[in-house]
Amino acid sequence: MTPPTTAAVQPVHPQDHLLRTDRIPHIWCSGCGIGIVFGALMAAVMKSGTPLDDVAVVSGIGCTGRMAGYIKLDSFHTTHGRAIPFATGLKLARPQGKVVVASGDGDLLAIGGNHFIHAARRNMDLTIICVNNFNYGMTGGQLAPSTPFGAKTTTTPLGSPDEPFNFCALAAACGATYVARWTALHVRRLTNAITEAMNKKGFSFVEVIAPCPTAFGRRNKIRRALDLLRFYYDRSVVKNQLDPGEATIDFDHSLAVGKFLDIERPTFLDHYEMVNRGEVEAWPATGVDASAAGKRKAG
Amino acid sequence: MGQRVGLEVSLACSEAVKLANVDVIAAYPITPQTHIVEHLSELVADGHLDAEFVPVESEHTAMSACVGSSAAGARTFTSSAAQGLALMHEILFIASSLRLPIVMAVANRSLSGPISIWNDHSDIMAERDINWIQYFAENGQEVLDLTIAAFKIAEDKRVTLPVAVNLDGFVLTHVIEPIDMPDQKEVDAYLPPFAPQQKLDIANPISMGLVGVPEIYTEAKKACQVALEESYGVIKEHWDGFAKQFGRQYNPIETYKADDAEILLVTMGSLGETCMSAVDQMRADGLKVGQVRIRLWRPFPADDFLAAVKGAKSLVVMDRALQPGSASGPVATELKSLLFDRGKQMYVSNFVAGLGGRDVTRADFAGMVKKTMEAQSAGQQMACEMWGVKE
Repeated sequence: MTPPTTAAVQPVHPQDHLLRTDRIPHIWCSGCGIGIVFGALMAAVMKSGTPLDDVAVVSGIGCTGRMAGYIKLDSFHTTHGRAIPFATGLKLARPQGKVVVASGDGDLLAIGGNHFIHAARRNMDLTIICVNNFNYGMTGGQLAPSTPFGAKTTTTPLGSPDEPFNFCALAAACGATYVARWTALHVRRLTNAITEAMNKKGFSFVEVIAPCPTAFGRRNKIRRALDLLRFYYDRSVVKNQLDPGEATIDFDHSLAVGKFLDIERPTFLDHYEMVNRGEVEAWPATGVDASAAGKRKAG
Repeated sequence: MGQRVGLEVSLACSEAVKLANVDVIAAYPITPQTHIVEHLSELVADGHLDAEFVPVESEHTAMSACVGSSAAGARTFTSSAAQGLALMHEILFIASSLRLPIVMAVANRSLSGPISIWNDHSDIMAERDINWIQYFAENGQEVLDLTIAAFKIAEDKRVTLPVAVNLDGFVLTHVIEPIDMPDQKEVDAYLPPFAPQQKLDIANPISMGLVGVPEIYTEAKKACQVALEESYGVIKEHWDGFAKQFGRQYNPIETYKADDAEILLVTMGSLGETCMSAVDQMRADGLKVGQVRIRLWRPFPADDFLAAVKGAKSLVVMDRALQPGSASGPVATELKSLLFDRGKQMYVSNFVAGLGGRDVTRADFAGMVKKTMEAQSAGQQMACEMWGVKE
């Protein structure tokens, strides 16, 4: 048999310049939502207007973690759970650059959960994209901190007895300045959210509800990728400005999506520079009456 | 008698844990260990094993949860590998210093970086000094048997130390082998229920994990180290007992065609079986080659090893982990130190091979033996060599 002749003109995808095409084909399963998020990230990088030399992508371990290997920008594939601390170091060393962390729910919020809450508390100027597929996909579909109560995984064959985190509520409660959630089928709004998050100064968090038909869908009887994508999309209700504490992922009543939070707050570097310039008043600002120390009024 | 079944080795490990009737399993997924704990979660969910399965949020948490459950007097199991084992690091010392008989299966995998999910021994070698009993299985049957025996050894009142059962990732964990599956009755006869000497008990409160001031820290460490050294006799006793019960004998050091051998290859883990085949081939070619297999790594069975090598002129020592900055790999360092201490002169070559899942074939073993013989006959001392590095 003779091989088919290749077309004279090789079609070039408009995002190819951001892709390490020599690493393709990728490892993601067909029907996986990560590819959509990856495409949205690349579109957002262009849309944000940031010079490409000033963008770095950091990821942890897991299916989403592979993004760092496929994107043709400065990128770093860290160990499991450590994407945010690595990104913190990168941001502090090169504050003029934009640092995007793209990783999965298990990586960012289970094994790396502590880093997430503290980076939000400090308001580190990072853009965090969390692909939430409700399980550990790469290792075959185990219980994650996002797995819905009652959902089946390989380590909870009877259904999860755990309550999942509400990542958006957690991010907001810990001090994030930008919080949004979209499903992988809200491609335009997701791209806009990542663009806004990149241009936002502070800890910006974008959660993407993404299908994992291979591991999560299969065990929960939604095996077809499109069905799973549709399942999330159909249950989503756009509620911009909703109190993140009320932005539940409720598959029966309302899966809240939208931009929940967009506020201003000094970043870690703002405060750090103030302290270094000696512009911070002694603590406590109201002073202490030394003569009152140790004395208590009777009665 | 039990029956022979075809089973993935990871599942054989889980079945051993079921037969040992553990109370608590706390684990976090990591390749290539995942099938072990997934199967356990199924056994618990299906009611075949009456245990608590806790899918925690990191390996650090997994080992911490194991420490808690073991301290409360529960028979406890976990499994990990590579980065996961490394993340457990600080708690591994706590488990042994609190004398908690936790059993862990380590599905040996290389440490990052570069990121690698494949097999070598860099994970366990980085945990060499955790004061755990550490031994290696070479095939699926051994994984099952040595996991059952691990509980017996760990919980023995003369030992009360954790045990790490090492099985090579993928090479063992992901292959299907014929396994003689013992009956529950046989296992129950061998392994009685866990009867801890002390535990956290509201009726009889004790405190665990407290500060050791300089006046007692050294003595506490000494006691722990002595317990590990003295576990040697108990390990042998319980492996012998295992042979009586199940008909399969395990020894701290095992040999193959070593009696009249002039050159001995020294292996640890699943490479041992390839090496046996290589020995057969070299014997057919007329070389007086044999093999020594280290099954028990900690405590190191010094006398058994010396007895096994006493007739040989040279050793070809395999390491599946690097010891950067040192003259040899970790296994060769151990052996050279032992030979020096006992005044035994031997020619020792050392090859670091099979890193990050690279295959080591019969031809590789033959090549190492050839290289050693040439250097020895030329009177040259050999430096530790990373085998098969592509230039």
